[in-house]
Amino acid sequence: MDRVEPNRIQPEGSQIPRNAEDESPVLPVPPLEPTRSGEELLSITQEEERISIASNWTLVWWRFRKNKLSMASTVILLFLALVVLFPEFFATFDPEQTDARLAFIPIQSIHWLDEGRLRPWVPGVAGKRDPVTLKMLWVTDESQKIYLRFFAPGFSYKLLGLIETDRHLVGAVDPEQAELVYLLGTDRLGRDQWSRLTFATRISMTIGMISVILSVVLGLVLGGISGYFGGWADMIIQRLIELLQSLPTIPIWLALTAALPRTWSPEKVFFAITIILALRGWTTLAREVRGRFLSLREEDFVLAAELSGASQARIILKHMIPTFTSHIIATSTLAIPVMIVTETSLSFLGLGMRPPAISWGVMLQEAQNIQTLALAPWLLIPGLIVILAVLVFNLVGDGLRDAADPYSN
Amino acid sequence: MSTSVEPVTQSNTAPWSHEPLLKVEDLKAYFFMDEGTVKAVDGVSFDVFPGKVVGIVGESGCGKSVTMKAILQILDPSARIVSGKVTLRSRLNSQDPNSLEELVDLTRLHPNSRKIRKIRGSEIALIPQEPMAAFSPVHTVGNQIMETILLHQDVSKQQARQIAIDVFRSVGISMPEQRIDAYSWELSGGLRQRAIIAMALSCNPRLLIADEPTTAIDVTTQAQILKLLRRLQEERQTSIIFITHDLGVIAQMADEVVVMYLGMVMEKGPVQAIFKNARHPYTQALLRSIPSVQSTPRLKLPTIAGSIAHPFNRPAGCPFHPRCTHFMRGVCDASQPGLIRVAEDHFVSCFLYSPESTQPAIPSTEKSL
Amino acid sequence: MSDGIQPLEKQTHRISHAPLLEVRGLKKYFPIYKGVMRKLVNSVRAVDDVSFFVREGETLGLVGESGCGKTTVSRCILRAFAPTSGEILFREADDRVTDLSPLSRPELRRFRPQMQMIFQDPFGSLNPRMTIFEIISEPLFVNGLRSRAERTDRVADLLKLVGLRPEYMQRYPHAFSGGQRQRIGIARALALHPRLVVADEPVSALDVSVQAQVLNLMLDLQEKLHLTYLFVAHDLSVVKHISDRVCVMYVGKVVEMASTKELFQAPRHPYTAALMMAVPVPDPDQRHIIQDLPGEVASPANPPSGCYFHPRCQFAKDVCRTQTPELREISPDHFVSCHRAEELQLAGIKENKEQQH
Repeated sequence: MDRVEPNRIQPEGSQIPRNAEDESPVLPVPPLEPTRSGEELLSITQEEERISIASNWTLVWWRFRKNKLSMASTVILLFLALVVLFPEFFATFDPEQTDARLAFIPIQSIHWLDEGRLRPWVPGVAGKRDPVTLKMLWVTDESQKIYLRFFAPGFSYKLLGLIETDRHLVGAVDPEQAELVYLLGTDRLGRDQWSRLTFATRISMTIGMISVILSVVLGLVLGGISGYFGGWADMIIQRLIELLQSLPTIPIWLALTAALPRTWSPEKVFFAITIILALRGWTTLAREVRGRFLSLREEDFVLAAELSGASQARIILKHMIPTFTSHIIATSTLAIPVMIVTETSLSFLGLGMRPPAISWGVMLQEAQNIQTLALAPWLLIPGLIVILAVLVFNLVGDGLRDAADPYSN
Repeated sequence: MSTSVEPVTQSNTAPWSHEPLLKVEDLKAYFFMDEGTVKAVDGVSFDVFPGKVVGIVGESGCGKSVTMKAILQILDPSARIVSGKVTLRSRLNSQDPNSLEELVDLTRLHPNSRKIRKIRGSEIALIPQEPMAAFSPVHTVGNQIMETILLHQDVSKQQARQIAIDVFRSVGISMPEQRIDAYSWELSGGLRQRAIIAMALSCNPRLLIADEPTTAIDVTTQAQILKLLRRLQEERQTSIIFITHDLGVIAQMADEVVVMYLGMVMEKGPVQAIFKNARHPYTQALLRSIPSVQSTPRLKLPTIAGSIAHPFNRPAGCPFHPRCTHFMRGVCDASQPGLIRVAEDHFVSCFLYSPESTQPAIPSTEKSL
Repeated sequence: MSDGIQPLEKQTHRISHAPLLEVRGLKKYFPIYKGVMRKLVNSVRAVDDVSFFVREGETLGLVGESGCGKTTVSRCILRAFAPTSGEILFREADDRVTDLSPLSRPELRRFRPQMQMIFQDPFGSLNPRMTIFEIISEPLFVNGLRSRAERTDRVADLLKLVGLRPEYMQRYPHAFSGGQRQRIGIARALALHPRLVVADEPVSALDVSVQAQVLNLMLDLQEKLHLTYLFVAHDLSVVKHISDRVCVMYVGKVVEMASTKELFQAPRHPYTAALMMAVPVPDPDQRHIIQDLPGEVASPANPPSGCYFHPRCQFAKDVCRTQTPELREISPDHFVSCHRAEELQLAGIKENKEQQH
């Protein structure tokens, strides 16, 4: 079987059949021009081409997309974002409007069909005072149909403070009946809960996000200084972090918020709360950022940038930080629900946001005693919304973290 | 019941004394991932005879490590043996050299089964690549070796300790009585490597699988370890499957060589045949492209064109064809050549050597006399 | 700031006599602190009085095992950090010689374009968040070349030079194999026309079949661009293949330095001879050649007295235990640091003249 022939070393340009696309040198004489042997000899598929030019964010998005739960949560989050931006549009009443006579109206259930046709309506309510307890008893009057429509006219407001309009998402068809639609009932002061909820969403979610942003800024800067420069700055900042982390959070929060003067306007209180929440929240992120900087300092690509002559600022901003921005965003998203729950709890105790400001916690204050709850259980709905918001943020944050961290699985 | 380490003799009462100790037949192990299926090992066959060293050589992606894991049934959860047989001449009593044997197909055993756990450590032992990672940092090395001994041998704790000390001495660790109570991070690189070898040998396995045992250590320490392995192998007549990418080490250690590429065997045969008379274009090109301390300085090396394909994109037909200078269109990309015998014990997987091939054979690498 | 970008010219491999880089008495000690008050208890003597020189146009191979300090030397030379003591003399194009060791960061800026590094790890040396274009044009941008069009042209030229298609510059590192990434790293190193290229184990992390490609490329580029290489490696075969001269290090000191041919054929230091004897040769007929060296590589934190190699040396005498030998020129251009260098007859490697082509 051996058909060995004497030394058949081929000069260049031999007759051994070659693949036409192959430009690589023939054994054994290698060429001296810039070698082409770095070429991919396999034709690259379109899929591979797409992947090869995909930036990290694109890859993260592709991975995130596969997670159905996270995608669904993102949709809900986007909806909540819309509510944050345009609460007046979603509301049906002016949230401040009080009328003690309209207290504790129950939820008017929406009937979708009217004589077989799709024509949503809510029944009217009629109030009667109970002769014994002198409480107002509300009875739904099915005969009185208040038809609903989208983009109904209602109280006028300025969209984003700029555009004057009076349209709302949902309202009564007949403008005269606009005042009779209580989608989530009223509280003890006769305020429409649905409208208050939309405004509360705005306050509660923005407090959460702003305090997280503050934490991130603080954490990045201090953690970065700590990790990149080391030495004394590192020592001081680390001891500060340890100090802050060893303080019991709940008493500190309670003390700080209780110390806020009662005379402060809601806006001032708002900003004070965000700062108080951020003061404790930056420490965890700072530690992580420091760790990243410490390990990144040893990476070859950072040394390569230094050897090119790049300034330290450029190295930090353009070379180091981009490698973990996706991680920061993921952890921040997971930190927001913590802030939301904290603010809700503080306000619920009367220490955070106070009336006339509206937040979920403030709304839940109304549901503090059993008697009220027995009478008007719908006052707890803000709690459900808190749960929904926290759940949604956590799912999105988890999905982001899994998508951003390729080593998690 | 033996309590000390003694050389293993071949059992003459076994009906299969001329059979290989380990026979791998057409082993296929695939990784099933979201992005697709990776055919990491796709039809690998070779034999390991008692007392012989088989060197498996290949570059990244060739599947040599996955083959080893498949044999020991320690594959990743996402991987599975799809087909093939791995037959071991297993002793009923692993510590008794005169024990009766039975043929066991390792692929049929569940990774967590008692049977495979009995085999691991006492009949087939692994010398892993990274000794630091292989030892637990919170247990002394003696502790870990004794654990293996107590698992497979019917001895008391004191006896196990003595066995561990003896095996430490046999791998050349000085002051074994003290060293046995050291933690792995207290030992230097070379000592750790010896300790790992000691742990592998502690239960007198007939087959050692060494997975790149010298890649992470210095060249002078490597020379010591290779010498040690050679000596131990001769003393105990242990078979070794030596996995590496270093052709120099293969030439020094192996009796037989298996050359793998992208999950398949390209060529296998006695070490002399592979180095002096390589037939497969890949083997030939590989041998020519490595720098050696004996070659002339600053002479350009002949290279293999292109780079190793991504395992997801394995080429159709012969996996090497896109880089092969003897590529035959329509033949090499159409189907896979099986292993073709070109000499006694020397097999090549290349269409150039199939009986129907009309191409002239490529020149052997035999030195002109 | 002028960009100094000149067209490339093909030149033959010529080595001038003037050294481009000279290192004198280089020392780098890393302190070891223990305890709460962080007291200095010991130092790791990574580089312990190292002297050598590299001529312009040649390749000096720096070889040794772990802990010998070769990587630390390479980073010291490029001033990734400051040496503990010693001089790093660099000759610029106008023959001006400057000692780099005491310079501050701003003072070093003008030297950066003249000396660059090729890294060992093809996966850690490229920023995964930047495209190839951004990675290679970073040195250009930082040194004043702001025009995107010009940078694109230059990056395209560099990619072609290292054997990659210019279209690849839109891709991210994750799309490339190890060998290709190394080529990208080489292109980045060459962006500013450096005169000295320090290659820190550039092929150790690559597959065997790819190593030859990258080594060939480096030889090509040296000829074309008249580069000077300081090639750091632990693999003697690779070092022999690419170097004109070789410098052998052991535990922070230079033990021998000579031309490649001379070093391999007739080593004068026992460690060099032992190192060569320990390398497994890819020839099954030569199994008896492997000889091992007793003992372990000494620790740079706690080196032996006298000659650091004496505990493992079969030729050690009393003087070796007590006195540290100096590096001296034992024959023209052949330096050894061994008390007994003149008396010893050490075996070298016979060159295998029959290349297996």
